[in-house]
Amino acid sequence: MRQRWLGPAMFMPAILYIFALVGVPFVMAFVYSVSDVKIGSEGYHFVGLHNFTSVIDSPSFRQAVKNSFIFTISSQILVLIGANILALALRDAFPGRRFMRFLVLLPWVAPVSIGSIGWKWILDSVYSVVNWVLVRFHFVKEFDAPVWLGIPKLAIISVILVHTWHMLPFATVILLAGLTAIPRDIPEAAAVDGAGFFRTLFQITIPMMLPIINVAVLFGAIFTFTDMTVIYILTRGGPFDSTQVIPSLAFFTGILGSDLSEGAAISIFMVPLLVIVSYFMLRTAHRAEVT
Amino acid sequence: MAIVETRKLTKVFKRGNVGAVNNVDLESREGEFLVLLGPSGSGKTTLLRMIAGLEEPTSGDILIGGRVVNDLTPRERGIAMVFQSYALYPHLTAFKNIVFPLKAQGIAKAERQKRADWAASLLGIKHLFQRKPRELSGGERQRVALARAIVREPSLFLLDEPLSNLDAKLRASAREELEQFQKRIGTTAIYVTHDQVEAMAMGDRVVVMSQGSVRQIGTPAVVYDEPADTFVATFLGSPPMNILPANGVIVGFRPEHFLPPGVAERLGEHVSYQFRVTHSEYLGAERILYGTMEGGAFNERKVISRIPATHGAEISDGNVYSFAVANRDLKFFDPKTEKRTAAARPPS
Repeated sequence: MRQRWLGPAMFMPAILYIFALVGVPFVMAFVYSVSDVKIGSEGYHFVGLHNFTSVIDSPSFRQAVKNSFIFTISSQILVLIGANILALALRDAFPGRRFMRFLVLLPWVAPVSIGSIGWKWILDSVYSVVNWVLVRFHFVKEFDAPVWLGIPKLAIISVILVHTWHMLPFATVILLAGLTAIPRDIPEAAAVDGAGFFRTLFQITIPMMLPIINVAVLFGAIFTFTDMTVIYILTRGGPFDSTQVIPSLAFFTGILGSDLSEGAAISIFMVPLLVIVSYFMLRTAHRAEVT
Repeated sequence: MAIVETRKLTKVFKRGNVGAVNNVDLESREGEFLVLLGPSGSGKTTLLRMIAGLEEPTSGDILIGGRVVNDLTPRERGIAMVFQSYALYPHLTAFKNIVFPLKAQGIAKAERQKRADWAASLLGIKHLFQRKPRELSGGERQRVALARAIVREPSLFLLDEPLSNLDAKLRASAREELEQFQKRIGTTAIYVTHDQVEAMAMGDRVVVMSQGSVRQIGTPAVVYDEPADTFVATFLGSPPMNILPANGVIVGFRPEHFLPPGVAERLGEHVSYQFRVTHSEYLGAERILYGTMEGGAFNERKVISRIPATHGAEISDGNVYSFAVANRDLKFFDPKTEKRTAAARPPS
């Protein structure tokens, strides 16, 4: 009986992968978060909730929580607006649409680390091409150009914009699929009924796309909340923790700072939020199936 | 004044191709029910969509109420349209669907409610107000779509095959209801269909279209009894008109005018043909006889006869009978242009 082992054998790699790279570290994080384990230390001492209280008391952590929410919420809002505009623009046929679609997809296809390194140079304090343009067009004085990644407010804005740039294509593709799934009759009926562009958009098109928009937003939120690539490459959480988010703080504390147990405790704080988001994501996915 | 008029209206989708609609001149009359009838691909829906403003004409003019509306958006044309799929907004309740055009016009809430109630009472759908389109049956959806179309009291009513999604039984009753409904509200309507029965039953006038051109405009009786060309002659009527070329002319006569012995004698002036019945269909109210002509100018040509079942003639398959057509029921067409020509002496 070949079938009996073939099925399990086929999905074994996936199980192994999830078990070894997601399941084990996940359990380890819980185990470490209630201990005093450091990199290189021997033995395991249970310390209760000590790490959690110490993390909550730390100003860096509070800043990171705040930043995580700012980072996730503002980039998702920007992605949503941008993806809607792009999807609408790319819906109807025009010469060069295929090429435009390809261009829009590029940031998603390129590795995020390479894209971010490009942006690091674009926003560099000395070699910034943005500043060069601003100076040439006399928007700013030559020696007074903005230090994009060096000033707290500008740094978080830069990080949010670069992350938005990276997330935009994926959301656009999802929304475009939702948009093309709307029968052509519906917007036409709205046009005949006397609705203008914005009424059709906000009362017909977007409400009809809501299930798929939900999927895009929830997916994007999880991805953004747990991601630290852009921040790690552009700012390393600086200046003064102004771009520090929970995952980057956990990484700096636990791995680079050798304090495994405290790093684990920090990362555990993401679990409740991710559980809630995942719940809603599964619910919308389920509902989309039913209707 | 004509509510809708088209002048040399043409739509070419792809440059160099034949137009989907070619040089259509049309004029509707006040309060009339005008039916655009044609097979699929005849351009009737494209024509309707151009009148609605959903499709831009390649050339020609569209006039609504005497005003050229070519450059106006659908919203500025003051028309209402019922789509083949009904195009109800799936996320809105029936009530919200119905008041949507009113909201778009900026009409106050109390007035919206009043007009929706009025439209719903005309169509008997008030009890469906709180349902979503997916909770409605096909017939109910069609009524909601109609209600949405009339609440604005449009000057023109466009209907794109609104009955084609209903089952056969419902379609017949919906057809009659829709016709009565249009008479009651008195709004000019343009109705697209490929169903000749719908066209004949509902239309004040029928516009027969083929390959983007208008073949004939007239009352149902005129297009049926006096077809302008062989296309109209064969498109209308089921089974279609017998079309028989002979001696440099095309002769046409309807199956119900090709009558068996005993009836033909009472017709006055008539021509007789020898008709070999190859097979027949009994349809309850009538019988359809299929066969060929024997001898004469139409030798071997296929013809169909349709006789009432009440006619007790003993006609059996395989035999030859002397059938006849009254002279006044013979139509003549030019073999080159396929257009109708003056009556001539029928070839015997």
